[in-house]
Amino acid sequence: MAEQQTPEQKARAKARAKVARKLEGGVPSLRGTLIKIAFLALADAGALFASMLLIAQHQWLYFSVLLGATLLINWIYLRRGNLPAKYLAPGVILLICFQISIVFFSGFIAFTNYGALHNGSKEDAITSIKLSAIVTDTNAPFLYVSPVEDSNKNLEFLATDTTDAANPIIYLGGTDWAKQPWHQLSAAELANIKMGPSPADGTVIALSIKGFKTLTQDQVIARQAELSSLKVPLGANVDKAGFMALDPSATGVQRTFYDAIYDPKADTFTRQSDGKVFYADESIGFFDAKKGDLHSERISDTGWRVNIGLGNFNRIFGDKSLQKPLLGIFSWTIVFALTSVVSTFVVGLALAFLFNDDRIRGKKVYRSIMILPYAFPAFLSAYVWKGMFNTNAGFINTSILNLHKGHMIPWLTDPTWAKFAILLCNLWLGFPYMFLITTGALQAIPSELTESAMIDGATNWQQFRLIKLPLLLISLAPLLISSFAFNFNNFTVIYLITGGGPSGDPSLRVDAGGTDILISFVYKIAFSTGVGADYGLASAFSVLIFFIVGGISFFSFRRTQFLEDLA
Amino acid sequence: MTTLNELEPTDRVIKQRRMSPLKWARTLGWKHLVGIVVSLYALFPILYILSTSLTKAGSVSSGVLFSDFFLGNYTALFDPAKQHDRPFTRWVINTVVIASINAVASVFISALAAYAFSRMRFIGRRGGLMTLILIQMFPSILGLVAIYGILSEITKYFPPLGLGSLGGLIMIYLGGSLGGGTYLMYGFFNTVPKELDEAAKIDGATHTQIYFKIILRLVAPILAVQALLSFIGTVSDYILPSVVFNKPEQYTLALGLQFFIDQPYSQNWAMFCAGAVITATPVVALFMFLQRFITSGLTGGAVKG
Repeated sequence: MAEQQTPEQKARAKARAKVARKLEGGVPSLRGTLIKIAFLALADAGALFASMLLIAQHQWLYFSVLLGATLLINWIYLRRGNLPAKYLAPGVILLICFQISIVFFSGFIAFTNYGALHNGSKEDAITSIKLSAIVTDTNAPFLYVSPVEDSNKNLEFLATDTTDAANPIIYLGGTDWAKQPWHQLSAAELANIKMGPSPADGTVIALSIKGFKTLTQDQVIARQAELSSLKVPLGANVDKAGFMALDPSATGVQRTFYDAIYDPKADTFTRQSDGKVFYADESIGFFDAKKGDLHSERISDTGWRVNIGLGNFNRIFGDKSLQKPLLGIFSWTIVFALTSVVSTFVVGLALAFLFNDDRIRGKKVYRSIMILPYAFPAFLSAYVWKGMFNTNAGFINTSILNLHKGHMIPWLTDPTWAKFAILLCNLWLGFPYMFLITTGALQAIPSELTESAMIDGATNWQQFRLIKLPLLLISLAPLLISSFAFNFNNFTVIYLITGGGPSGDPSLRVDAGGTDILISFVYKIAFSTGVGADYGLASAFSVLIFFIVGGISFFSFRRTQFLEDLA
Repeated sequence: MTTLNELEPTDRVIKQRRMSPLKWARTLGWKHLVGIVVSLYALFPILYILSTSLTKAGSVSSGVLFSDFFLGNYTALFDPAKQHDRPFTRWVINTVVIASINAVASVFISALAAYAFSRMRFIGRRGGLMTLILIQMFPSILGLVAIYGILSEITKYFPPLGLGSLGGLIMIYLGGSLGGGTYLMYGFFNTVPKELDEAAKIDGATHTQIYFKIILRLVAPILAVQALLSFIGTVSDYILPSVVFNKPEQYTLALGLQFFIDQPYSQNWAMFCAGAVITATPVVALFMFLQRFITSGLTGGAVKG
């Protein structure tokens, strides 16, 4: 029987299949192999360089990821067969590293409170709170200072307390409590002191001490930055005792202390001035007086990044003050994207039909001129339109429409006119693309179809409406959907022409402008300097936009049966 | 000497000669009228830029385009004495370097992937294509925060690909352009008959030979289009460079040009327009040069035939 194979035949078939697998893609040429090895060597050299940097910084996680990726690449290219992986690897690696990771990272940020107030880790926040709460002790006396340098080039403060002018008290100390402690000079040390008038106001102070070199006025100025960051502790525990720091005028020092002291055991901050305790609140990323209470007092507006779950999404859907402007922005985004696609498509379609006629002389010249707006970098066009739309000095009002003072059209300052101006500009930017693709699609319609329709007595209009347009719509539908998706996020046009303005309700914390589409609104949330950037909220919006656009596209593609063609 | 060709008028001339003026106006004349009006609409902002770049005062004040012809703005842009404040020459070089590398690399990578999707059958092919289409709908502007975060993390450990580096910016561009590029080329690759590869395979060609010597040459138009679109896209982008770069000598033209109009009290529209003309000229020239490929490229995936 034919189906039954002897073990020998089976083995032979197996061997043949093995050879065939090996030969998939042909027998490699020597030149090709050499080129391949050269490229691999380059990639490995780069990986080696990067891994040395990572090892030097003890970044074992990143190092092992890099090592794994490098081994994978070598494996893919050195083994035989498995062609798809060889062709896909460069693109897929880039896509994962610099696109998919960005999408996922955005998704991750959407669930955090990352922003200007919650910028980093808890350790960063603790350091920052401590440093920002440095307070000068106004009850402590002001001491005249002469910055001095010891034999090891360490700076120290030689300070004089002149509260009692007759009996000045003199102190000396440096930054290291163990070696150069801050202390009042003993009688023995006082013998080494040279007194004299202070350069600032002539008060008699200690100017120098034996064994130290006093900085000259010029040196003080030159080392200003170093001196003003100098902290001379007043005790072994600098948090409790405080330290001496230079006064901004660089003539004296005064006791300074950290007002906010962190206690790592209790995970709390204590404010020295009033003894109030602030607890680390992991749910909102602040040190506040009452855990879990958003409105309780905080020691500082500096917080750290924490996971807040659906908090950002709750704000988008639940915040009453956001609802109305958000609804307006959303509907304008849809209107803007739809109108842009429809207007550019209608103009492009009409032009394609008009100029798909070989009898027209200079057809090529018209074509070249008409696609200029598409060839011209869009951000430049947007700037130029902005300039031309200027109410008082713009070329459109003053020269084209020739309007007079008082009758100028407020193109960019009135919400309705601004919307109109944006659409007009976007029509200019977009119709050449539609003209190009419709012309291409029109020429692809077989002439037999229109000829037979003509023989059947169809008028031009009937030919257009019943034959050409449906065919065009079928072939162009995917491009029209992509165009909608593009305009939905057409940040350039909105941001550069109106910046989303004119400004909306000023009582809101975020400005929802008259021409803001979702994406420009998100940009304001993420990068506005006024209210403080809120990356978490912006990312939550980004994720929503991604799903909206992706969803609309997916279902439209499905309707056009485009996805079936992919198989 | 007259040749036969000159004596015999072409079909077109015959048709047009036979047309009465009235009929010409009805069938073709109005099309010319529409063509002229649309051309004016298309041309006018560009003429406005050109005209403004040639004015001494900084704006077309008289209301008449090209009433002035002053080349000083162009020479001032390259003035060596001003390069310290606004290194325009550097911006030009940066832009050309970044846009060229990006155009070549993105075409190379996308074409490889498109070939795999078009010619090979493997697990996850359909899913991969779908992912590409979906992923390209996530515009880079949505991910600005993440881009900044990832790049600043890279800066800590591998500065050549981090913030303020050319490499970092190019990597982000490449990651972003892959989806659209592959999808655009995939449609075009499908129009090349499979029999060609098979014939070559039988003749003993390796897969790389088939790819580089046969397929790539047949799809040259789409490669040109993708390179051009990528080049234009890079030249026109100002958002990503503004995130990645922080020193004026690293800027690209798109970012640098804003220097002339962003300061409220020292706007210089004439200089801006001169810079804009310099930026746009190579892009427009390339576009016009490759015009005949562009239509087929843009519709390649969608319009079969």
